[in-house]
Amino acid sequence: MSIWSRISNLFRGNRVDREIDEELESHIAEAVASGRDPEDARRAFGSPLRHREASRDARLIGWLDSLRSDTIFGLRQLRKNKITSLAAVLSLALAIGSCMAAFRLIDAVLFRPLPLTNADRLYEVWRHAVLNNESFTFDSWSYPLFQTMRAAVKDQAELIAASNTEPEDLTYKSDQEMERAQVQYVCGWMFPTFGLHPKLGRLLSENDNLQPGAHPYAVLSQSYWEHRFGEDPKIVGRTFRLGNRVYEIVGVVDGQFTGTEPGTIVDIFVPVMMHPGVSANDWSWHRTLAIVEPGVAVQPLRAKLETVTRAFEEQRMNGAMAGMPKEDQDAFRNQQVLLEPAASGASDLRTDTRRPLAILGVLVVLVLLIACANVANLMTAQASARERELALRISIGGGRWRLVQLVLVQSACLALLATALGSLFAWWAAPFVVGMINPPENPARLFLPADWRVLGFGLAIALAVTLLFGLLPALRASTVNPVTALKGGEDPHARRRWMHGLIGTQVAFCFLVLFVAGLFVTTFERLSHEFTGFSADRVLVVDTVTKQPQPLAYWNQLLEQLRHRQGTEAVGMSDAPLLGGGNWSNFISVDGLPSNGIIAYMRRVSPGWIDALQIPLVDGRDFLPQDSQPGSALVNQAFANAYFNGKSPVGRPFDIVFSGNSRLRCQAVGMIGDVRYQDLRQPLVPQVYLPFRILRENGEPQEVGGANLLVRTTNPNPLVLGQFLRDEIPRLRPEFRVSRIRTQLEINQSHTVRERLLATLAVFFSVVALLLAGVGLYGVLHYYVLQRQREIGIRIAVGARVANIARIVTIDVFIALAIGSAAGLALGVASARFMASLFYQVKATDPPMLIVPAVILALVAVLAAIPAVIRASRVDPASMLRVE
Amino acid sequence: MPPKADSLQGSLDLLVLKILSRRSRLHGYAIMSAIQDISAEVLRVEEGSLYPALHRMEESGWIRAEWVIKENGRRARVYELTTAGKKQLGMEESRWKVVAAAVNRVLREA
Repeated sequence: MSIWSRISNLFRGNRVDREIDEELESHIAEAVASGRDPEDARRAFGSPLRHREASRDARLIGWLDSLRSDTIFGLRQLRKNKITSLAAVLSLALAIGSCMAAFRLIDAVLFRPLPLTNADRLYEVWRHAVLNNESFTFDSWSYPLFQTMRAAVKDQAELIAASNTEPEDLTYKSDQEMERAQVQYVCGWMFPTFGLHPKLGRLLSENDNLQPGAHPYAVLSQSYWEHRFGEDPKIVGRTFRLGNRVYEIVGVVDGQFTGTEPGTIVDIFVPVMMHPGVSANDWSWHRTLAIVEPGVAVQPLRAKLETVTRAFEEQRMNGAMAGMPKEDQDAFRNQQVLLEPAASGASDLRTDTRRPLAILGVLVVLVLLIACANVANLMTAQASARERELALRISIGGGRWRLVQLVLVQSACLALLATALGSLFAWWAAPFVVGMINPPENPARLFLPADWRVLGFGLAIALAVTLLFGLLPALRASTVNPVTALKGGEDPHARRRWMHGLIGTQVAFCFLVLFVAGLFVTTFERLSHEFTGFSADRVLVVDTVTKQPQPLAYWNQLLEQLRHRQGTEAVGMSDAPLLGGGNWSNFISVDGLPSNGIIAYMRRVSPGWIDALQIPLVDGRDFLPQDSQPGSALVNQAFANAYFNGKSPVGRPFDIVFSGNSRLRCQAVGMIGDVRYQDLRQPLVPQVYLPFRILRENGEPQEVGGANLLVRTTNPNPLVLGQFLRDEIPRLRPEFRVSRIRTQLEINQSHTVRERLLATLAVFFSVVALLLAGVGLYGVLHYYVLQRQREIGIRIAVGARVANIARIVTIDVFIALAIGSAAGLALGVASARFMASLFYQVKATDPPMLIVPAVILALVAVLAAIPAVIRASRVDPASMLRVE
Repeated sequence: MPPKADSLQGSLDLLVLKILSRRSRLHGYAIMSAIQDISAEVLRVEEGSLYPALHRMEESGWIRAEWVIKENGRRARVYELTTAGKKQLGMEESRWKVVAAAVNRVLREA
C-alpha cells in the first residue's frame, strides 16, 4: 500500500472500518476457539473504538481524513443555514469577482510582460523638462534624433522606434471598400531584436530601413491574419492601399506579439521609413524602446543618451530659440533623459490609466474587506449558536486545534464557493470594463487570458479571505470554555464588542468608498457640463478625404451644395474638429517684437464654420471666400488678452513664428468667442484661425486633400443624416469619399470617458458596499435582539416604551457607526491627496463631499435597524419569561 | 513475572517479521500465539498494539495481507512477508543483536 492507497482509502472510509472490525472479530473467535473466555478475549482488546482509530490511522492519512469529514460537515453547516450562507457566498462572490476582474485588468495593462524572450531587458526612453515651473514628462521622439541616439549606444543597447498605433483607412480592393486597421510604424530591426519569427513569409529587417518612402512592405500580426483573413496561407504577396501608397504583405508574425502598446492590438506593422515625418527633426512622433545588452548598467547608458539628446536639440534649436525667454531656453537645453523598465510595454493607456487603475484596485479591496467583515460577523453569530456544540466537542476530547480546523474548513468552503462564482463574474466583468475605458470609436483592446496568473490570484484571494474572516472566529471557537458554555452561555459582551468592532471597520471602509465615489461623480458632472464655448448639439463631423488633393473651389462647391440640402441647417469645414486632436501651435510676435512666450493654438477653418458651431462673433467679421493665407486670420478673446492687453486686435497685424524663425504675416479680420481647443480641463487658450485658401508663390491657391465637414442638422439626432452624406458626397464629387462620421457630442464626450468610467465603477462599488454594510448591520442587530430577548421582555413588562427599547437595541451599533464614519472621513481626507490629479473643480474638503456619505450611511443604518427594533418591541414579555 | 507489553516496543516489529519469515500466511491471532508459545509465555503481545503494528507494516510494504476463508467458513486476514520485509527483518535483527550485546556488556562490566 502506498500514499495513493492511503488517499484512496479516504473515500472508502466505511469499508476500511468494516474490514478492521471483521479482522478483530475473527481474532476474538479464534481466541474463544482456543479456549479463552469470550468476555476476557473481548476485554483484552480494550475499547474497540480506540483500536479502530489506531489501525485506521495506519491505513489512511489521518489529517486528510479529518479534513474530508470537516469539509462534509462544513458544507452541511452551510446548507443548514441556507439564507445566511447564500447571503455570505453571494456578497463574497461579488467582492472576490470584482477583485479578480480588477486584477485581470491591472495585470493586462500594467504588469503582464510582452510575449518576448527578452522582455526583462526592455526599457523605454523618456524625457523630462521643467517649463514655467511645470514639469513635463513625455516619450515622443523625432526620427533623426533617434538615429543619433542609436548610433551612440550601439554596443550597450539596441534602440527601437515604434509609433503610436493608430486606426487607419486602407483597402484590399477598391476605394469603395475601405476598412480600418490598427497600423504601427516600427523600425525594421525590431523583429530580430525581439527574437520574433515569421509564421509565413518574412518579417521586416534592417534592409527595410534604408531610404525614406522606399519600403512599402507590411507584416501582419497573427491575430489579424486569423480573424481578418481566416488564416489564408496565400496571404504573402497580397497588396493593400494605405493613403496614397500600395503596400505588399511580406509576412505574418508567429505568436502572440501584437505590438508594444498594452491597450491596442496592432494589425499591420509597416517600416518607419514610410512615415511622413521620418526625415523631420522637429516632428516627434514615435516612442523609443531599448533592449539593453545583458550586463550593461542602465545609469551610464542613460547619461550617454542624455548627452546625445542635449547636443542634438542644441543644434536643432540654434537660431529658432532666439525669441524665447532665457529661462525657457535653459529649460529646453536641460532636458533630462530617463530610462524606465518597460517589460510590459509602453502605451498612453498605461500612462493614463495607472492612477485610475490603482484607485480601482483600492476600491475593490475595500469592498472585499467590507464583505469579509460581513461574513466574519455572520460566522460569529453562527458560532454563538454553535457554542454548545463546540463545548461538547471539547469536553469529549476534541483538540482545540481540531476545532480551529473545523471552523476554518467551513470558512474555506465558503471562500472557495464564492471564488468559483466570483471568477464567473470576473470572466464577464473584465471585458465589459475594458469596453468602457476608451471612446467607442477606438475601443481599448486588451489580451485577457484566463491563465495560471489569474488562477493563482483567485486561489491566493480565497486563502486570504478565509484567513481574514475565518481565523478570528476559529480562534474564538477554540477558546470556548465548556463549563460555562454548557451551563447556558458565557459573558456575551466580548463577542458583542468584537462584532461592533467589525461594524465600525465596515462603516469606515464604506464611508471611504462613498466619499471617493462622490468625488468622482462630481468630477464627471463638472467636467461634462464644462463650458466649451460652442454648441455640439446636432453637429456631425464628416471626415472627408480625396484620392488626390483637390482644388479648393471643389470643396467650396461641395459645402455650398450641402448647405442647401434638406435637413442641414449650417455647414462649415475645418482641418480638425475642436477637441478632436490634430493640434498645432506657435509663438506670436506683435509689431516685430520677440515673442512673449505665450503659445497660440492654430486651426484652419472655412467661412461659415463659426455659424455651424454657433460660436459668437465678438468683433469684426467672419472669413469671406476670398480671405487667404498669408493675409487674414480670425482670433479669439484669449488671444486679445494675451497679446493685445485685452483690446480688440481687429484690423491689427501680427506674425506667427514658425520654427526656423520664419514668420507668417496675418491681419485679424475678426474676433470670436473662446472655445475649448484640445482638452476640457485646460484653461481657454489663445487661438488663431487661418483660412483654407493658402496662396503659393505664383498666386495660385493650394489644393486640399482632406478636411472635416461640420454639418449642423435640423433633426435632433444628427446621425440619421450620416448614410445620406456617405452616399451624397461621392455622388456630388466622385473623387471625394467619407472616411468616417462622428458627432461633435461624441468627440466632446470622449474627453470624459475615463471620468465616466471611474464614476460608474465608484457608484457601483458604493452600492455594493452600502448593501453589504446594510446587511451586516441588520444581521448584527438581529443577533443582538435574539440574545437580549429575555432582558427586553422584562423591560417591556416593567413598562419600557418602544423608544426606550429602540435606544437599547441600537445605541451601541450607532456608536460604532459614528466612530466608523469619523475614521472613514479621516482616511478619506488623507487619501484624497493621492487622487487629487484626477479630480476636477472639487476638493476633498468640500462640505457636501463629507456630509452626503455620512447622511447616506445614517439612512442605511436606520433602514437596517427598523426590522430589529420592530422585532424587539414585539417581544412578548409573558412568553419570554415562561421560556426558562 | 512477564515483562509488560510496553517493553516490547520497538521489538514487536522484529518479532512479527521473524515469525512470518518462518511460517507464512498466519492470521493475527496465530502470530500472537506463536510469540507467546515460543517465548514460553514470557512475551505477551497485546491485541491493542498488534493490529495497529500489522497495519502499519502493511502500509510500509514489509508484509502483505489477504482475506481467506477458513475451514469453519469464517473469513480471516492472513499475512506474509514481502521482499522489502525480508530486508527489514535483516536490519532489525542486526540492530537487536547490537543492542543486546551492548546491554549484556553493561550488565557484565558495570
